[in-house]
Amino acid sequence: MKLTIDRLHVTLDRTPILRDVSLRARTGDIVGLVGPNGSGKSTLLRTVYRSLRPADGVVRVGEDDVWALAPRTAARRTAAVLQDGGGNTTGLTVTEIVALGRAPHHGLLGRDGAEDHRAVADAIDRCGVRPFADRDYASLSGGERQRVLLARALAQAPRLLVLDELTNHLDIRARFELLDLIRATGITTLAVLHDLDLAARLCDHLVVLHEGTVMAAGPVLEVLTPRILGDAFGIRARTERHADGVIRITYAAHALVGGETTADRPNTP
Amino acid sequence: MTAAVSIGAVNVPLGDVWGIVLHHVTGAGAAHSDPALDQIVWNFRTPRVALAALAGAGLAVSGAVLQTVVSNPLADPIVLGFSYGATLGAVLVITLGGGAALAGLGVSAAAFLGAVAAGALVFALGQRRGRLAPTRLVLAGVAVGYAFLSATSYVQLQATPAELRTVMFWMLGSVAGTQWDQLPTVSVVVLVTTTLLTLFGRRLNALLAGDESATALGVNVNRLRAVLLMLTALLTGTVIAVAGSIGFVGLMIPHLVRLTTGADHRRLLPLTALLGAVYLVLVDLLSRTLNRPEEIPLGILTALLGAPFFLWLLRRNKGLD
Repeated sequence: MKLTIDRLHVTLDRTPILRDVSLRARTGDIVGLVGPNGSGKSTLLRTVYRSLRPADGVVRVGEDDVWALAPRTAARRTAAVLQDGGGNTTGLTVTEIVALGRAPHHGLLGRDGAEDHRAVADAIDRCGVRPFADRDYASLSGGERQRVLLARALAQAPRLLVLDELTNHLDIRARFELLDLIRATGITTLAVLHDLDLAARLCDHLVVLHEGTVMAAGPVLEVLTPRILGDAFGIRARTERHADGVIRITYAAHALVGGETTADRPNTP
Repeated sequence: MTAAVSIGAVNVPLGDVWGIVLHHVTGAGAAHSDPALDQIVWNFRTPRVALAALAGAGLAVSGAVLQTVVSNPLADPIVLGFSYGATLGAVLVITLGGGAALAGLGVSAAAFLGAVAAGALVFALGQRRGRLAPTRLVLAGVAVGYAFLSATSYVQLQATPAELRTVMFWMLGSVAGTQWDQLPTVSVVVLVTTTLLTLFGRRLNALLAGDESATALGVNVNRLRAVLLMLTALLTGTVIAVAGSIGFVGLMIPHLVRLTTGADHRRLLPLTALLGAVYLVLVDLLSRTLNRPEEIPLGILTALLGAPFFLWLLRRNKGLD
């Protein structure tokens, strides 16, 4: 399902966090949201999964304004994997956590049916968590946990996936496995990623947020230019597509200060 | 439960207990040949065992729900201030007796009002800009509890020794002297709220995933917290009003069930209710047999018996590391 964010303004405690942010993802697109800390990436995601109401502007999933939908209706379209991770889920097994994804499909009197069991089993298999399906979440490794949370999101049977730093703290292999999993689902995805290399590897399009506004948006190679990387992140880097089709970013060894790298300045140790 | 009815200052054979209860409930069979035994079983023992079961179930379920609502394993009706609210209400009526302002208000009614008032206060103080944050709720509960406690202490200073003994006994909880006419309200409230809370089980589970994730799962987190807080205040208020402020059950029983059968609320809440009921019936049985014919208040025994077992279970469990 397509995602359309139009002229969004968000204010927290009277401080503007997002200003005039617009973003589009076509059905099946994977859009990466990158930008330095505090640029408003997670805030933007919160308006999509209906946790933070924008002061102005509109978020549409499919044709509908998510803020005009009932919470459960919106949650049947959009699933999120967030940084609160497992929360306080001591005592729930992996299968029980994946089954939380069925919550938006039931009212107070709803009981688990065949469709729920099928969705949960399917999500467990797709994310490869079957081997530890009966274990306590707390006993899992970081990579295993993220796969469980992704399985929970898939059990929700969403048309849009929202991911906040899904691959943080994971080793390189676990990162690649997760990215492959997300690509394989074919679900429209909006993902906040800190690691630009991973963003370049996973996404069709990138949106660069900087101080609450969109600094650049478009295909990966058009966005990750030395100029934009310098302006947004304060680094010197170049991006190129290698012969094997993989996009790689090469960073200079030092941060930029006032247009020069710190190494160029005589008094910097 | 039959055993709990049969044992006491006078022991009644199990068969006779069944005969008497059946006769009263269904009218079947003849009345028991000994009217004194009939009186003991039907008018004294059965209602008190029933109340012990209801109180145990209600307190344990409240504790289980509150622990999830404020995402804090230490939460229970005492930490959230409900019990202290009830205590102040009860103590006011006990010491002021038929004081002009409180005329017509019984100890039970005052305790109930106290608990619900504490619940409303915690609810009001725990929110900021319409959001009920877990940590703020706990702290508000603790603060409200302390405020009610100091008010209670002040009132106690004015009390006579006889009143103090009544207050003490009430604060430690007891189901002695339960009358049949006390039971209908408690049974309805305990059954209805426990059923409702169990229906909220799926959403309570989602709350375990954290506020943001629960929101993304379609749960209106704020409204859910408010509803659960009100239901538990109503439940504990009703129980404490008739059985006194019994501690430890609300804290321990939910953890016991979690540690043995997991945290899925759709299973956790019914099992917690069941175990809470059984536990308090047993404790009540001990309270009137250990030191016959004197009775030991329930609150003393719940912790004395429960704590060592609970600690043993904690040490055995690896999931908490």
